[in-house]
Amino acid sequence: MVAWRGRPRLPYRHVDPSARALQTRRMTISPETLIEAARRMVEAVPQAAALGFKLLSVESGKGSILTPWREDLVGDPDTGVIAGGVVTALLDHCCGLAITSRSLEGGFLSTATLDLRIDYMRPAAPRADVTATAHCYKLTRSIAFVRAHAFDADPDDPIATAQGAFVLKRAQP
Amino acid sequence: MSQAAAQRLEAFLERVPYVRFLGMRAELAGDEMTAILPFAPHLIGNVALPALHGGVIGAFMEMTALAQLSVIAPSPKVHKTIDITIEYLRPGKAQVIYARADVRKIGRQIANVHVEAWQDHRDKPAAALRGHFLLSGT
Repeated sequence: MVAWRGRPRLPYRHVDPSARALQTRRMTISPETLIEAARRMVEAVPQAAALGFKLLSVESGKGSILTPWREDLVGDPDTGVIAGGVVTALLDHCCGLAITSRSLEGGFLSTATLDLRIDYMRPAAPRADVTATAHCYKLTRSIAFVRAHAFDADPDDPIATAQGAFVLKRAQP
Repeated sequence: MSQAAAQRLEAFLERVPYVRFLGMRAELAGDEMTAILPFAPHLIGNVALPALHGGVIGAFMEMTALAQLSVIAPSPKVHKTIDITIEYLRPGKAQVIYARADVRKIGRQIANVHVEAWQDHRDKPAAALRGHFLLSGT
């Protein structure tokens, strides 16, 4: 005979109760709420404001941000091309925007970057603004997977592409 | 390292406007460079925690790699980033962050560089970066 030790293992024990609560809380948010939240995220974060980010568009799982060219953001003084670091920060932030726009519906609070891979195809044109668009193509209970790209003039001629994974932090119930 | 190396590093930091935007500095001890990013409010990415912006930490490590390359592969032009992979290991606290670059391989055209950034403890890195850089002609 097998002796009982502790609590019996119920088949649904692995289900995180907070995840089930989330499902019941899942809702569609209005475009106005989404744009308001996105605008706060793009303009109220100190680093985003310091880089002069502007929200171009947002929809569930997708977002687009512009960084205006500025003298103090130049990476190569010989050419006047914007620094790679600015593009890195822009892509990272845009990925965050795409995730937030999608995860708002699930009641998530914030995201933290786990890893981010960036390929630089070519330098931006001298004195050119840079636009980034990101797409959160998969959201699990705890991880978001995102692709993004940055371009100066033509979206089909990117200056950089990014692929990242982010950890989702849930809002405290 | 020589006086010339220190001058090359200083020239790189002075010349790149974005380095000044970040507020980044660097010190050479022999041939070992330590990059320093003092905390400033405009580097914040999460006001609630507060935490440094992930993009700032990535950009700082990328500039650390470029600064190290400016010392060991002197060139009148700025070297170009080909690709970088950033791993975030701990949240970047709202305080000074340091980084060191390890040039793993330097060829005729391409350099492979690993960078590690830390805050309180060198053995508890906040983030790491691996990247390839296209060397500009000397």
